[in-house]
Order: sequence, then structure tokens, then C-alpha cells
Amino acid sequence: MNYKSLGKFLSYKLIRLVLLLVAVSLISFLLIDLSPIDPVKSYIGEVSVSPEQVAKLEAFWGVNEPITTKLINWLGNLLHGDFGTSLIYRVPVIDVISERFFASLTLMFSSWLISGVLGFVFGVLAGMHKGTWIDKAVKVYCYILLAAPTFWIALILLMVFSVDLGWFPTGLGVPVGKLAENVTFFEWLDRLILPAITLSLLGVAQIAMYTRDKLVNVLSDDYILFAKARGENGWNLIKRHGIRNIILPALTLQFLSFNELFGGAVLVEQVFSYPGIGQAAVAAGLRSDVPLLLAIVLFSTLFVFCGNAIADALYNFVDPRIKEGESSE
Amino acid sequence: MNKSKNTYYFKKMNLRTKTLLIISLTALILIAIVINSFFIEASSLTTNFPMRNMPPSFEHIFGTDWMGRDMFTRTLKGLGLSIQVGAFASIVSTIIAVILTFVSRLNKYLDSFVNWLIDLFASIPHLLVIILVSISLGGGLFGVIIAVGVSHWTSLTRVLRAEIKQINTFEYIALSKSFGKSNLWITGKHFLPLVLTQIILGTILIFPHAIMHEASVTFLGFGLSPHEPAIGIILSESMKYLATGAWWLAFFPGLSLLLIILIFDLIGDNLRKLLDPTKAHE
Repeated sequence: MNYKSLGKFLSYKLIRLVLLLVAVSLISFLLIDLSPIDPVKSYIGEVSVSPEQVAKLEAFWGVNEPITTKLINWLGNLLHGDFGTSLIYRVPVIDVISERFFASLTLMFSSWLISGVLGFVFGVLAGMHKGTWIDKAVKVYCYILLAAPTFWIALILLMVFSVDLGWFPTGLGVPVGKLAENVTFFEWLDRLILPAITLSLLGVAQIAMYTRDKLVNVLSDDYILFAKARGENGWNLIKRHGIRNIILPALTLQFLSFNELFGGAVLVEQVFSYPGIGQAAVAAGLRSDVPLLLAIVLFSTLFVFCGNAIADALYNFVDPRIKEGESSE
Repeated sequence: MNKSKNTYYFKKMNLRTKTLLIISLTALILIAIVINSFFIEASSLTTNFPMRNMPPSFEHIFGTDWMGRDMFTRTLKGLGLSIQVGAFASIVSTIIAVILTFVSRLNKYLDSFVNWLIDLFASIPHLLVIILVSISLGGGLFGVIIAVGVSHWTSLTRVLRAEIKQINTFEYIALSKSFGKSNLWITGKHFLPLVLTQIILGTILIFPHAIMHEASVTFLGFGLSPHEPAIGIILSESMKYLATGAWWLAFFPGLSLLLIILIFDLIGDNLRKLLDPTKAHE
């Protein structure tokens, strides 16, 4: 491994990340400022207040100040790690984010792992048996699942397994009447299974389709013909010449899917009322909790960026062919 | 006898004819749904309380909702709306993609700027972009169309940029330049005709994503207003009635949406087959 080029790569990525976060915060701040959201109104909610108090709140928050002042204040606070206070949860935004992001990451990581492994296995099976019923079944599954709206699949699973069969609770992150800290591992797992399965079902389609096409491509290469002529066949052939060639692109694709994964998690969390970052984002958007929404945008961008950067690194540093190409330069 | 003859004809057709047939048939279905949705008057969706929460029957094949409205009619109306929103949004996306592609051709700095812009938009989760933009435009039909439009141009722009870069290396481009032709002339005469098929194909491939995202944001409550007959609205309403066992409220509208998206995928894939010269022999 070339540590110098790795360092160069990492510092380059870091600069890009900083630029990206600055741009994202500027754009999202501008978009929110353009919107007809009234922060004072969303803070007050249903409580009746006198106009003087409203004026006081407006002055306190600087609602009527020019946008440049607002922006500079907000960015200055961000640099100190102060994301403000969430209007709907009434606690510092950073607390909401850290708690919710942990729940979401568990959900996303488990479904990412399941869908990656299952999708790869399905893809290899379909590619190995091109044209047979296995291939056709995998293809039909992929086509349908790629066209299925995430939240609809979630609704159907919720209906079948929670409402009809009663195997899983219908929602809420913790059982009714219990504090979040007292939830046992199994109660928590009970609520994780169905959302994770939903996300995995959808994630499988993309990776299986890709793996299948890649493997079919590889298997039509000349060296496969040569290997067959040498007498290699069956699983050994696939293992030695197929898998080695497709596992890296498939892994890269799986890391590039963080964007879709996050979108799916938002919808799934909403349907199952799973207390994750996606549900918080929807609540923040619907109830005009600007500080929380902006922070979620920033953190989710960071999350997606990490996925893309890992995919890039896989290509540049792990792929033996590219490594070789670099050293011969 | 007649049936076997028909399948015989179908087998005899070459891929091109078959593909064209599939494309025109499916396109016909979609156009029929959109036109039909214009003729569904609000009067046919009147509330009919004696008939409320009826499971599917021959009279109401998708069942009825809690106000006794026929779910089949509501679904059709919603699909029509979804297709229209999808169409506008993908056109907006395509326009953005084409403009950015040709802007990126002007000079090196603009090119890296466009590249950076693509990276930027690919790094924010799509759904959050749509939520942010539709919040900032105050929601509604216009907000959703623009929001979906500005979040789906990245893939097409990538494809077009790669294409343009390749065309740029051709000799006749250099020849045109040395003849003193203006940049605009070269763009119009040499680039546009070559990427036109890619642009059309790109628009159609954006379509299913646009419809899906429209339904998603509407489902979450950021899109169309609750009195609009969109699929997302129907499904988010159905969530309230899941516990009562009214499965048909969610099942059929979602399934219809799935079918529409599947049809679009089918059209896109077949068109690609038709337009891609490297696969023409298959």
C-alpha cells in the first residue's frame, strides 16, 4: 500500500468535504430563508400570545435582520459546534441528531449488510444459470422491486405482519408506557426487524441486477473459455474467475447506494414510526423546525459523502489492476 | 386455432417490430390514463356514506373509502396527476441537464464547476433536496414539479458530458473550428444531432424516478395539498385505516403506481435497445 498517495487522496477528499458542507449549508439556508416559514409562529404553536411578546421574540431571534447577518450568525455558531435548539423537541439539536442518527444507522447498516449479501448471492446465482428459471425469477423480482414505491412495500409488510399476523408491533420505537432507557434489547430488536427487512428487500434488487449483468459479461470473456478448455467447471470456475472480478464493482456500487439508502430509510421510518433521523427530518420539515432540518441536511450529506469516498478509495487503492497501473507510471 | 396463429405472428416479428409494438401499446395505456383522468369529474367522486369502507366487489373493484368514494376512480385520477407531474418534472430535469452540459463545454472552469455541481447534488440525499426545495417554494403542485425537477438532472448530465467529451475528439469538430465556425454553430450542427437521442432517452428514463419521488414526498406530506387526488395522498390517508383491516385502501393504489412505473421502465429499456446501435444485432 502506498501511504503517500493514500494521504494525498485523503487530504484531497477532506478539502472537497469542507467545500461541499459549506456549499450545502449556504444553499439550504437560502432555500429556507426563501420559504414562507415563520419561525416565531412555529415556536409559539397553538399558544396565544400578545403582539408585544411576538415582537420581543422576533427581536430576540433577529427575524427581521438582513439575511447576511442571519447567515453569519448561524455559520459562526456552527463553527463552535452549536446547531441551535430544536423547536419541536426543545432540546439542543445536536442531542436529537446523535440519538436519532444512532437508531437510523443501526437500521441502515443492518439492511445494507443483508441486502448486499443477499443481492450478491442472487446475482451470482442468476448469472451462473443465465436463461434458466432461477435467472428469470431473480430478474422478475428485481424489475418489480425496482419499480415498487418504498413506502408502499412498507405499508404492505406492516399490514400483513403487524396487523393481520400480529408478529411485530405496529409502530413506535419503544413499547407504550416505557422509558426509552429501559427498553430491553429484544423489544428494540422487535421494532427493528420489519423496517430492516423492508429496506433490504428493496436494496437487494439493484445489487442483484448489477451482479448478474457483470457476471454474465465476465463469463462471456475469452479467459473463461480458456479456463473451461483447461477443464475447470462449475463452482470452482465461478469462484476463481467470476467472483474475483465482480466482487469489487459490486462492493463499490453498494457504497454508492448510501443516497438511496437514506431516502428509503426516511420513508420506512415514517411508515413504521421508527424513531430515526428520517422521521425527525419529516417532523422538522412539516412543523418548520428550521435548526433541526438544516442540521439533518448537513449530517446526511456527510453520511452520503463518506459512502462515495469509500467507493472511490476502493477503486483507487484496493483494485489490484489499478494499483499496478499506478506503480508502472 | 386463432390464438396459435397470433403467437406465430408474434414470434415471426423481429426484435425491432416487437419493441416498437411494446412501446406503442404501453404508451397508449399511459395516454389513455392521462386523458381519462381529465374526464373524471369531481361529481363522480361524491361522498356516499351508506357505501363506505366496502371491500372490493364487482361494482367497486378497488373498494370504497371511509366517505364511500370509489377507490378505482380516485386511483385513476391520481395516476393521471402523477404522470403529469412526472412529465413536467422530467422535462425540467432534462432542460437543466442540457443547459449545464452545453455550459460545461464553454471553457475549462465552467466544466469543473458543473462537475462540482453534479457531485454536490449527488451528495445530498434526493429526498431531502426535494423536501427542502418544496418547502422553500411553499409546497403545492408547482413546488413539487420544480423540486423533483432540480433533483434528477445529475445522471443525465453525467451521460451527456461523457458523450460530448467523446464527440469533442472527432476530427470534424477540429475542422469546423479551424474553418472559423462559432461555438454556437458547432454546438447546434455537430453536437445536438448526435446527443438528441440520448436526451430523449434520458427524459424517459427520468420519468419513473420522478413519479416515484413525487408520490414519496406527497406521502410524507410535503407535496400536493390533501384535497388533491394524488396517489401519495391516498396512501398516507390509508395508513389511518390500516388497523381497521381496510387493506384495499393501500393495496390497489400502490399496485397501480407500481404498474405505471414498471411500464415506464419497460418503455425506457426497449427504447434504449432500439436506439443503441451497439446492441442492434441482438
